[in-house]
Parts: sequence; structure tokens; C-alpha cells
Amino acid sequence: MANKILAVLEQRDNQLKKISFEVAKAAVDLGKKLNVKVEAVLVGNNTKDSLNAIGGYGVESVTLFRNENLTQYSSSAYSKIIADFAKELEADILIFGNTSMGKDLAPRVAVKLDAGIAVDSVKLEVDGSDVISTRPVYAGKALLDVKINSAVKVFTIRPNVFNAGEPTGDVPDLIVEENIDQPDLSSKLIEIKKAEGKLDVAEASIIVSGGRGLKEAANFKLVEDLAEVLGAAVGASRAVVDAGWRPHSEQVGQTGKTVSPNLYIALGISGAIQHLAGMRSSKYIVAVNKDADAPIFQVADYGITGDVFEVVPALIEELKK
Amino acid sequence: MKIAVCVSHVPDTAAKIKIGSDGKSIDPTDVTYVLNPYDEFAIEEALKTKEKLGGEVVVISLGEESSKESIKKALAMGVDEGVLLKDSGFRDSVSLAKALSEEIKTQDAKIVFMGKQAVDYDNSIVGQLTSEFLGYNCVSVVVALNIEGEKVIAEREIEGGKEVVETSLPVVITAQKGLNEPRYASLKGIMAAKRKTIVEKDAFAFGNKLEVLSMNKPQGKQAGKIIGSDASAVPELVRLLKEEAKVI
Ligand SMILES: Cc1cc2nc3c(=O)[nH]c(=O)nc-3n(C[C@H](O)[C@H](O)[C@H](O)COP(=O)(O)OP(=O)(O)OC[C@H]3O[C@@H](n4cnc5c(N)ncnc54)[C@H](O)[C@@H]3O)c2cc1C
Ligand SMILES: Nc1ncnc2c1ncn2[C@@H]1O[C@H](COP(=O)(O)O)[C@@H](O)[C@H]1O
Repeated sequence: MANKILAVLEQRDNQLKKISFEVAKAAVDLGKKLNVKVEAVLVGNNTKDSLNAIGGYGVESVTLFRNENLTQYSSSAYSKIIADFAKELEADILIFGNTSMGKDLAPRVAVKLDAGIAVDSVKLEVDGSDVISTRPVYAGKALLDVKINSAVKVFTIRPNVFNAGEPTGDVPDLIVEENIDQPDLSSKLIEIKKAEGKLDVAEASIIVSGGRGLKEAANFKLVEDLAEVLGAAVGASRAVVDAGWRPHSEQVGQTGKTVSPNLYIALGISGAIQHLAGMRSSKYIVAVNKDADAPIFQVADYGITGDVFEVVPALIEELKK
Repeated sequence: MKIAVCVSHVPDTAAKIKIGSDGKSIDPTDVTYVLNPYDEFAIEEALKTKEKLGGEVVVISLGEESSKESIKKALAMGVDEGVLLKDSGFRDSVSLAKALSEEIKTQDAKIVFMGKQAVDYDNSIVGQLTSEFLGYNCVSVVVALNIEGEKVIAEREIEGGKEVVETSLPVVITAQKGLNEPRYASLKGIMAAKRKTIVEKDAFAFGNKLEVLSMNKPQGKQAGKIIGSDASAVPELVRLLKEEAKVI
């Protein structure tokens, strides 16, 4: 029988990240099914107020480990604090986001807790006292159902899949502050290089992606313009990243990023298996491609078998109306 | 000084995946296995590090006899020696990392390179797990690296940018695309690789904590509607996105 679930939250710049709400919601839903309590933890230098937003999601309490040197992620410091706290709580299920921080942190915490780890869950279900995690493998070509048999279990959940919805409960006055004196900074962040003002594909709820069908780098203006009217991030196929038209950070696919936005718009992308691997779990897919036989149409909810240079300007106009 | 690089032998990314008769793993018939693409970046970085700091590079792979192909590829690129940790059947990431860490200890390697992800199960955790077993520092998803003496400065890719991390040896680095351009094995390299030995050992036994219950095919997404073949379809598309999908 499970004892307690710990939801590991994430922040950046004193703001809870969207994944934190998804992790809290997934943990609380699981807690209800297992009939166990859920607590949350955040490491950072946040103000207490910044945590209020998590209150309504049903966690019993949020513990904030503060220190000015913990503003930014440190794998050594964060993993130690979270593992120690999980032990103290006797938490036996930990849930992290499958984000760049969560993927780095969760395995280190798992070893410290002698736990098994199941990553990138898209579904967490309960069967008796077991938690069954479903996760894509082989770039989404198959799904694996797994369970963890060790006493302590660590899960990471794929972003954008566990819908956080709206907070329902009251904001509890349950935020506990703990000051950490000497965090272990043997790994320390010394600088963040932000990609200028751009929304990242891994976090966006709408993505507009372009492929070789755009013919040349300059034509990505069209993709950017459409992204702007939609408040979307710009993505790219590997063909255009390899051609040097777009940075690798925008590449979607097996050797790029795995994304699951609410809406994915593929412009001039053929839909090679490695591209589909990164985006097929998007909730809605729109494809614009001249070739009606392009494989992208096999996963698209809505398709236009036309020329991007004609369709996209019209789409931008229509959306501006 | 020893530098270790861990490589995984995985199905080619274009492989058609069929579920095996056990219902828990893939049917390997007709599947071509290759050196994991991210591990090529790890090998290249290990070789560059050796060129800069001196020492020897050892490649380690855990798997069946066939994993020797990936070890040989690394040897042909210029790695000095190879170790095959023999194992078959399912091994979870924790158990795999434990076995790798035991071999890394035996080799006394203080710098370890891995890929950020093996493109079979797409776990992206073996490097971090191994570092923790070893008590080493770890930087994952690295796109730029500089090691000076004991000091390590690494840039890792995150959502919307990069983090520059300062840490120290001993360290495990997991390589992301962009870290370097992997070299091709030269004919000379391929010939030289033939003379290099691959040491075979049984992989350290360590029970699995993760159990695979079943492997299934994802429900094929239904091909959707083709709304039209030119710009005249745009108003209908926008209507559908607003009213049916409710995503804009
Ligand atoms: C190991 C490995 C890993 C890979 N990883 C990735 C990955 O992570 N991500 C990825 O994307 N790819 C990846 N690939 C590459 C993948 O196989 C494809 O080569 C790539 O996705 C093709 O990009 P594309 O669709 O932009 O180009 P193409 O396949 O050339 O398609 C261009 C499309 O544009 C259409 N088109 C042309 N002109 C117009 C027009 N005017 N209007 C509308 N449509 C037009 C064409 O009909 C065509 O369908 C990988 C490959 C390998 C081997
Ligand atoms: N069987 C294996 N033998 C040696 N190294 C491995 C093996 N499996 C994974 N690795 C290493 O761990 C990295 C990450 O793998 P994973 O966490 O499974 O995605 C790979 O890129 C390899 O460097």
C-alpha cells in the first residue's frame, strides 16, 4: 500500500511553471485512486505568494526549500534536498515532470531513494495497489505498460498530457518554508542563455512548424507570422535544421524535441516517421502540403492539399479578422 | 587518465516496429540495429577530450553479442579498447546503470560520456543514474563542453535556452546533437579496429525494479478530413479549429 505521494514542482524566475500544475493534478488524481495524501515540494528562492496558485489543485501542503543560491537549478543541491525530504515524509511515490529539469533530477533522486523509475508517462492508472504507467517507446511506434516493484517509486509525466484544468479547491494556508543553509553546489548554474524572447516548442500549446516545402530560409517569415498571430512557437523539421535554416532547438522529432501541444500545424513537412515520432501525440494536427499522398495527412485531423505560399497568407488574414 | 564512453546498440530509427510473441518487447526479425545516434556525439567528445588531455578511451556496451558491432564502430572511430558486458533479456535503466557504474569503477575512468538518450526506450536517464551510483557530478543534454584541469564548464539545452553549468571532475556528460560533428571511421581506423581487443565479461547482476507488463501498438490516429486543396479552404479550417477542436 502506498503511504504518501510527493509532487515535485518546478519554478523559473520565481514563477511556478505550467508543468507544476500538471504534476500536482496528476498526483492528486492518483492520490484519490490510491486513497493517500499528496504533498508538494518546491526548491528555489521563491516568495511564499508565488505558491498560492498551486493551492486549489488539492495538495495537502507545499514545502518550499529556500536559499538565494537555489534560485536556479543545481542537480547536486536539488536532488539532495528532494531525496532527504521524501525520506523524512516517508513518501513512496514521487512525481516529476518529464522536462529538462525533471529528466535530470528524477533519476538522481531515484538512486538516492533506492527507487525504481518509470519515465515519460502519458497515463497513470491504478490496478489494486499497483500504479501502472503507460509510456511511448520506439519514438511512439509502441506503447509500454510498466509497473515499479520497489518500495519507493519515481514517475515522470510527459508535459501537456495531464491536463491541469482549473483549480477547484480553496487556496490552503499550507505553505511551509524551510531555509536551507548550505546547499551542495558541486554542480552550479552560472548563466542562463535565453533564446531571445522566443517561446519554446517543448512548452508551447500551439506550434507552427515548417519543412523543406518552404523552399528557403527567408520564407520562414511566413511560419513566424502565422505563429505570431496564434501566439505559437515555431518548430522545424530536421531537413531544414540540417540545411541551417533553423536552429536545432526548434527541431521536432525523434532526434529533436517531443511535443504534445493542443494544436500542431505542419507546413510543407512530408511527415517522415522520425518527424511523426516527435509530434503525433499532439491533440490536433493541421497539415498543409501540396502532395496529397504525404504521410503527414495520415495523422492530420485537418488537411489542406495546397501550396503553403498561397494557403498560409490567407490563413494569417483570416485569423486577423 | 581513463575516459569511458557508454554506447547502446538500438533499432534503426526507420525500423518498422512489430510486437514480439511475448507481448512485452519487439520482434527483432528484419530490424536493423545500429549504434545509437546520440552515442556518436559521445564517442566524438571522448576522442576530442583524449586529444586535449591525453589518456585512453574505453567503450563499454551492455548487451548481447550483436552489441559488438557498435563497439567496433567506436573502435574504428579511434577508441582504444572495448568492453562488452554480456547480458540478455530485459534490464531496467537502474540495473543497467548499476552494471555500467561497476565497470567504470573497474576502469577507474573519471570522465564518462554517454548519449542523452537511447532511441529504443527513449528513457534519457542512464547517464544521470550512473553518475549517482558512482557519486560523480553529472551534466545532461550537453551541447558545449570545456574541461580545464579539474574544472568542467558545460552548456545544457533546456526549454527556451541553455544553462551554463560549472562543476568538477569526476563527471558524467550526456551528449546532445550539436555538441560536435562525429568523425567518420577512416579505412585506417577500420583496419586498426580489427586488431583491437574487445573484452567480454558478464554484466554485474542487479535485480530489476521496473516490470514490463505489456507492449502495445498505439491506436492509429484516424486520418482526418481533407478540407480543400487551396486557400478557399481557409475559412472552413479556421471555423473547425474554433468550433470543433476549440484550440484557438
Ligand atoms: C536517425 C534519423 C533521425 C531523424 N530525426 C528527425 C527528427 O528529429 N525530425 C525530423 O523532422 N526529421 C528527422 N529525420 C529526417 C526525416 O527522415 C526526414 O528526412 C525529414 O523529416 C524531412 O523533412 P521535411 O518534411 O521538411 O522534408 P521533405 O521530406 O523533403 O518534405 C517536404 C514536403 O514539402 C512539400 N512541399 C513542397 N513544396 C510545397 C509547397 N509549396 N507547399 C506545400 N507543400 C510543399 C512536399 O510535398 C514534401 O512533402 C531523421 C532521420 C534519421 C535517419
Ligand atoms: N546497453 C547499454 N550499454 C551501454 N550504454 C548504454 C546502454 N543503454 C544506454 N546506454 C547509455 O545511456 C545513454 C542514455 O540511454 P537511455 O537513458 O536509455 O535513454 C545512451 O545514449 C548510452 O550512452
